[in-house]
Amino acid sequence: MSALNLIRIAFKALQRNKLRAFLTMLGIIIGVAAVIAMVAIGEGSKESIQSQLSAMGSNMITVLPSSNVSGGVRVEGASFQTLTIVDVKAIQKNAEHVSAVSPVSSTKGQAIYGALNWPTSLQGVAPSYFDIRKLEIADGVSFTDADVATAAKVCVLGKTVIDNLFPSGESPVGKVIRLNSIPLQVIGTLVPKGQSSFGQDQDDIILTPYTTVQKRILATIYFQSIYASAVSEGTSALATDEIIDILRETHRLRPTDENNFQVRTMEELIKTLSSTSSLLTILLTAIAGISLVIGGIGIMNIMYVSVTERTREIGLRMSIGARGVDILLQFLVEAIIISVTGGVIGVILGITTAEVITLTLGWPTIVSESSIVLSFMVCALTGVFFGYYPAQAASRLDPIEALRYE
Amino acid sequence: MSNKILELQQIKREFVMGTEVVRALKGVSFDVYAGEFVTIMGSSGSGKTTLLNLLGCLDKPTAGEYLLDGVNVSHLSRNELARLRNRKIGFVFQAYNLLPRTSALENVELPLFYNPSLSVSERKEKAIKALEAVKLADRLDHTPSQLSGGQQQRVAIARALVNQPVMILADEATGNLDTRTSYEIMSLMQDLNKDGKTIVFVTHEPDIAAFSSRTVMLRDGKVVKDTVNENVRSAKEALDALPPADDY
Repeated sequence: MSALNLIRIAFKALQRNKLRAFLTMLGIIIGVAAVIAMVAIGEGSKESIQSQLSAMGSNMITVLPSSNVSGGVRVEGASFQTLTIVDVKAIQKNAEHVSAVSPVSSTKGQAIYGALNWPTSLQGVAPSYFDIRKLEIADGVSFTDADVATAAKVCVLGKTVIDNLFPSGESPVGKVIRLNSIPLQVIGTLVPKGQSSFGQDQDDIILTPYTTVQKRILATIYFQSIYASAVSEGTSALATDEIIDILRETHRLRPTDENNFQVRTMEELIKTLSSTSSLLTILLTAIAGISLVIGGIGIMNIMYVSVTERTREIGLRMSIGARGVDILLQFLVEAIIISVTGGVIGVILGITTAEVITLTLGWPTIVSESSIVLSFMVCALTGVFFGYYPAQAASRLDPIEALRYE
Repeated sequence: MSNKILELQQIKREFVMGTEVVRALKGVSFDVYAGEFVTIMGSSGSGKTTLLNLLGCLDKPTAGEYLLDGVNVSHLSRNELARLRNRKIGFVFQAYNLLPRTSALENVELPLFYNPSLSVSERKEKAIKALEAVKLADRLDHTPSQLSGGQQQRVAIARALVNQPVMILADEATGNLDTRTSYEIMSLMQDLNKDGKTIVFVTHEPDIAAFSSRTVMLRDGKVVKDTVNENVRSAKEALDALPPADDY
């Protein structure tokens, strides 16, 4: 019997029992829709955590000065002055796994424009700092290496600073503000980043060339910290090791000496957060998977009932020339049609559910192709697996007995 | 006479029921030629159902040879038997055995689904032709529940005819019908027989047997009588002779 005939026969048989076919399908529909929607929620939250992290710069490496011991007293790291431009240059030159490096020399101060003032933090950085921290210019331009070389009196403002100094909404670009009595020309504004995951306002900031801070305000050659970014998240451990080696060399530390600096990465944080959301995804998928199996058992149950109920039909089909394998295939195809149709509807329902969740609850959802393919394949296999035994039972009926079945 | 459609030689069929061996057929031999209308008669327990199953290739004999249209059935596999049933035999059952909630046309098409050489349009054409032959051309889309018993049986006959089998095998085909409808069915059978169809009709009603050209009588698993009916009763005349249907 041709495949087309087979499908037609199975389809007609299902048509005779539309409601029952639909109810059987419902188990699969709910199962598949649940898998897709759950995975979409899981993936969505994972993705949103990751994008938050990478907005912070997930491949970011921070170098802080420290000295373990000073005359027997352990002192706070940041008050130590060990990091200089030599370190920055060495990292820039020698570290293979580091894509960008920038020193940070920061200070607090009162920013003044006209009659308004605002306490904020001034960060002296290199132009590469924008890449490392994933900062973007909203308006105007960023400063350049030339500005760094000349310790130019230019700055880029964060949103919070703009709101407080320019409340009327006028563009700050081109205006001159003062910070600790140093006039700084505003050449650009930053795209707002909002709060960090730790509740810090990331927009309450003024960026300026590090030389400007070092030479014109602080009069120092030391940096509070060095920011670097690894080539990718995966290489941040390698980059960390490289930076440690380079800094030990530039600081001329003997092998027995402890580091007089510390290197930190976001790696631990990323690991914790993404393992949490992976766990969530696994949990949701497992629950949804169970409902799919239950749907499969529903198919098996109904197919058994159907075989018993249609014993005479099976007998008749055999008497007019259906072979055992024809009967087997008919019932198998019926089961597969139920599960595959249920799967298609389930996929559509799952995607819709994910969309509705995003629209109504505002949860981020990502419908992954793999979850569609996987759940679809699982439900097709469910059809085969749970449909096979009833179908085999049908095909083994004796036509004589089946015809007499009451 | 023309060629043999059925050839039974010393057919035996035994069933093992627990420890006992039940011998349902104890050596049955007869031939059926093309164009014959044979009734097989016998009381219950005579082995008539067993013989019917054997003739219909639903079962195989324990011993003996059974040739259907020249093919020795005794040594065929289950699948080969199925194919033979599909191509050579048209079954008509006592209980019609139509698929419920399925139109007459689709019911008649059913055997053709198991014949992969036919296209969709050929299938439909053949089914319509078969329904025309049983005078149901105006009931193509009716489901069994919308048809009377006689009409349902005619659909079943159309289904038996659709594959152009060498033989129509009827099992108490009038058993569920009243006298008038039975005669109508027998009249249809006689018409088909006149057109050359070989019919083997299993029944226990002697007045049905009177419409056939030959009667094989079974008792206790053996043929006790095999008579050619000299004056075949015309079902159409019998139908006309019936008192008119009561009108309320």
